This record gives sequence, C-alpha cells and structure tokens, in this order.
Amino acid sequence: MDFNVIEGLKYTQQHEWARQEGDTAVVGLSDYAQDKLGEIVFVELPDIGAAVEAGKSAAVIESVKAVADLYAPVDGTVTEVNETLLDQPELINQDPYGEGWVFKVEVKDESQLNSLMDKPTYEEFIIKEEEEE
Amino acid sequence: MRKSKALLFEMGRSGRQGYSLPSCDVPEKPLDELLPQKMQRSEPPDMPELSEVEVIRHYTELSTRNFGVDTGFYPLGSCTMKYNPKVNEEVAALPGFACLHPCQPEETVQGALELYYNMEQRLKELTGMERFTMQPSAGAHGELTGLMVIQAYHRHRGDHKRNKVLIPVTAHGTNPATVTMAGYEVVQLPADERGNVDLEALKEAVDDTTSALMLTNPSTLGLFEEEITEMARVVHDKGGLLYYDGANLNAIMGYARPGDMGFDVVHLNIHKTLSTPHGGGGPGSGPVGVKERLIPFLPVPLVDKKGEQFYFDYDLPDSIGKVQSFYGNFGVVVKAYNYVCMMGAEGLKQVSTDAVLNSNYLASLLQKTYTIPYDRLRKHEFVVSAKPEKKKGAGAGDIAKALLDRGFHPPTVYFPLIVDEALMTEPNDTESKETLDAYAQAMEEIAKDIDKDAEKVAAGPHYTVVGRLDEVRAVRNPVLRWEKE
Repeated sequence: MDFNVIEGLKYTQQHEWARQEGDTAVVGLSDYAQDKLGEIVFVELPDIGAAVEAGKSAAVIESVKAVADLYAPVDGTVTEVNETLLDQPELINQDPYGEGWVFKVEVKDESQLNSLMDKPTYEEFIIKEEEEE
Repeated sequence: MRKSKALLFEMGRSGRQGYSLPSCDVPEKPLDELLPQKMQRSEPPDMPELSEVEVIRHYTELSTRNFGVDTGFYPLGSCTMKYNPKVNEEVAALPGFACLHPCQPEETVQGALELYYNMEQRLKELTGMERFTMQPSAGAHGELTGLMVIQAYHRHRGDHKRNKVLIPVTAHGTNPATVTMAGYEVVQLPADERGNVDLEALKEAVDDTTSALMLTNPSTLGLFEEEITEMARVVHDKGGLLYYDGANLNAIMGYARPGDMGFDVVHLNIHKTLSTPHGGGGPGSGPVGVKERLIPFLPVPLVDKKGEQFYFDYDLPDSIGKVQSFYGNFGVVVKAYNYVCMMGAEGLKQVSTDAVLNSNYLASLLQKTYTIPYDRLRKHEFVVSAKPEKKKGAGAGDIAKALLDRGFHPPTVYFPLIVDEALMTEPNDTESKETLDAYAQAMEEIAKDIDKDAEKVAAGPHYTVVGRLDEVRAVRNPVLRWEKE
C-alpha cells in the first residue's frame, strides 16, 4: 500500500487520526486522506474552547480539488489549534502525522477514543474502500 | 503554439493616442480655480497610450481565445451547456423589451408583465407547481429564496424547532452553502449501492427538527431517484418539506414533474434548461415555484391579472419580502420564454429525450475504455471514474487537460465527491452523433496515451496558449492587480 498508516494512533472512518496525550487527543488528517484531497490551500480551525462532537464537523480543509470537513473523532473541548496551518496549510500534505496536526481536544469519554480503528483495522478499511469503487 | 499576450499596460508608446479632440470652444480656466490643491494628483495617471487599431487587435485576439458552446463541445456536467438559439437574442433585443425602464408605470409595461404572467403559466405546467416568482438572479439565489420561503412557512405555524436540512452526498455544492446561509444545519445523507439516497438513512435522519430535504433529481450521478415518492412520504409524515434543485431538469421535461413527485418548492435554472447563455456568458435566472400552502410567503411583488390588466401584486402580508432590487433578470426570462414558445410542449419533451439518449450513447462508447460506476440507465449525464488511470499516473484533472489539447471543453472534474477521480459528463440535447463520436475517440486516444506515457499526459496541456497553470500558487498567492515593475 502507498499510504503511511502509523502505529499507536486511532483512526476514524472519515480518515482523521487521534493521538492520546494524557487527557487530551491530538487530531489530524490521515496520509491517505491528504493524498486524496490533493494540495491543501486553506484550513479553517475551530475556536479554542469550542465544544466538538464526535462525527460532527470541527474544521474545514480546502484543497485545489475540494472542500472537506474534518470531523471530530471524539466529544470534548478544543484546547489548542495549530495556527501555523493558517500560513502553511501544505504542512498537512508534507507531514500529516506530525507538523500537520490540526487541533487538540480534551477528551470527555476515553471509551470513544478506544472504539476507533487501530493501524491494521484502518489499513483493511482503506483497502476495502479502494476496492469498492 | 501562440504566445501569451502582453497586457495593454505593457504596450504602446508615450504620446500615442487613438483620438483627437477639437479645440475647446469655452474659455479655459486654470485647474487650481476648479479643484482645491489637495484634490489634485501630483502626477498624471500612468495610463496605456495606444492607437485604436492596437486596442481593437488586442481585444479581438483575446476574444478568439474564448471557448464557448458556439466554438465547441462543452460537456461540463450538471451545467447544461446546450446551444442557445440566436433568435432568443434577437427577441430580447427588441426595443419594446430592451428599452424598458424598471420604474415605468404599470400601464406602460403591460407587454412585459404579460410575458412574466405567461411564462409563469408555462413553468407551472412544466413543474407541477402552483405559483412562481421570477425574482431570483440565478440558481443559488433561487435556492436561498426557496429555503427562506420554507423557513417562513414553518415559523408562521409557530414551528420553531426545525433547524436542519437534509442533503444527499450527491448534491450540488451550492446546496450545503445555501443551507448554511439560511441559518440551518446540514445533515448529509449517504447513497446506497444503486446511487439512490439511502432510504433507511433518510428514515433515521428525519424528525421534528427537519425543515426540509433538498434534492436534485436526477442526481449529479445522472440517476433518477427510484424511491422518490416514498422519500417524499417519509419527510412529509414528519412535517418536513421537499425542495427540488432544478439544475438537472433538462433530463425529465414532459416526462416527470417535481410537483407530482411530492416536492413543495422548486427552483429552475432557466439559463441552463431553457437555453440562455451562462457560465461567464451572461446573467442567470432562477425562478422559484411553490405549492399552494407556500404561496403567501413568496417574495413580493407577484405578477397577476385583473380583467385584461396585468399588475404587480404587493398584497402578501406574510411575504419574505423582496429578494432583488427590481423584478429579476428580465432579459433572460424573455429569451427563455421565446425558447419555450418555439419548442412547445412536444419540443421540450424531445429535448429531454435527446439529452438522455445522448448521455446514454456517449456513456456506452466510453464504457469500452473507462470505468463508469453505478451502472444503470442514466438520465442526462454520467460520471466516469478515472481511478484506474490515476493509478497509472494520470487522473481526472490530467485527462481534462488532455481534452483541451484536442479542442474539447472538459467535463466537470472531481465532482461529485462520491466518485473518486470523477469526470462528470453532460453531453446535452443539442449535440450530434458525430460530435459525440469524436469526443469518445479523443477519450480513447487519451487512455492509450496514458498507457504509453502517463507522465507526458500528466504534464499537459501541450498545445494551448498557456500550459499547466499553477493552481496552488494561484490560490495561495493570488496576484489580482497589475503593477508596474
């Protein structure tokens, strides 16, 4: 497979990833999703302190091809956003799991995080999605 | 290859001019007496200095670079880029229409009002709705007007809970934008494996907070919603309304009517379906039609008839108000009315027959080489997925550029989002078999080129005035104004 999926992260069916750091989760877009979207030109970040809901739009990612919502993987409150993306949205393309992180959220219910996909499950999910079309 | 052209500002010579004025026949006064010092500029503006012939050649040369329906095949999906008969223009240019002023008294514009009245009767018959407003300037404006009418209807009943609008994943991009503009929350509905809206998901999503379901039928996949009457029942049962996006009406005229399917509000893009120039070529027009119970909320004024007199009816106390300064893009309605009258009922039905036939014919040709998901009988358009070609190194965007090299306008690319590497193709009712064959052949050649040398295709276009534009830089660092170096 051409796409980088890394160990230790949790993945959603809408291709977000979440990394647990104590009480908070760092959220971003998977390598597969950034490749699909193409070159990203604009990112709309949530407000710090905003309440986000699992499966609901929390940020907006715009590429040359399309505008896509980034959905919150869990319920919680936004504690930090990656403001560097406002000037350098291309970081999501270049380093989706590192410097391209989008926001951090204080996790309300850890079980939500645990119910997301791990690396092997997400890889299978992508392969299935690729075959479907 | 023709070279990219210099700007007017980069041409000409100091002192050259395209006109000579007669000498002034009134006494001249010094500028200081006419304008206070602080309002005078310190140096003359840096305007291009050119002769008339230079200016004419410049603009004539630029005009030859336009690509339009009048120069070639334009299968831009969901945009209905059909040929617009020139007689429409002649009729709209008649002085009785073209020289009207919107502030003229009613009794002096009876002909114009009669045209609106008659057009409304025909649109009602075409869609199965009961009243129309011609005010909205285009499709998206019609969408917003329609949603505001729906909102006014719910509020008038004291039903304030309805804050959501359901939209299928195959919807036009304007739909979620309109919903957000109208202050609603978007709820997205998935598609089932036949490309229909997933009925079970709809049933789950509808409740007493649902204001409306917004739907394009046939969808952007070119597929008719097979369960539309059941969908309407589900939404109506919970007190919601149905909104019809008329973007794809070209597929069903004379065969099916949104009003009969259960829709409560409709907007039409008469600049698409009823043949007036659009897509950079002229203003649009997005009339909105409603069923009986929504009439009180339409924008004012409506055009009505008392005896033999036509008049503007402002007596709608629950109206959402005006949505345009005057009465809509009148000239566009004149052109569309002319088209409707020329075609007649049978003619419009034939338009849809031909649009659907052309689409299915072209799809059957392309299917020999390309993948077309959701394989069933299509309406006016179909969506190719260039996913296999993308894996070889050249995707939908690259195929689009290769089409430019072969003299065709590309289809809509990367939309709808539900199809990977989408090429949404709408051949229209006005194209001949020869044109469709030529397009199919070009697509076949491109597929072969990708097999041979995908990298070359991905670097195209090679024969256009300019090569591949840097879209990323254009978005991130737009230069919108020329500046002297």
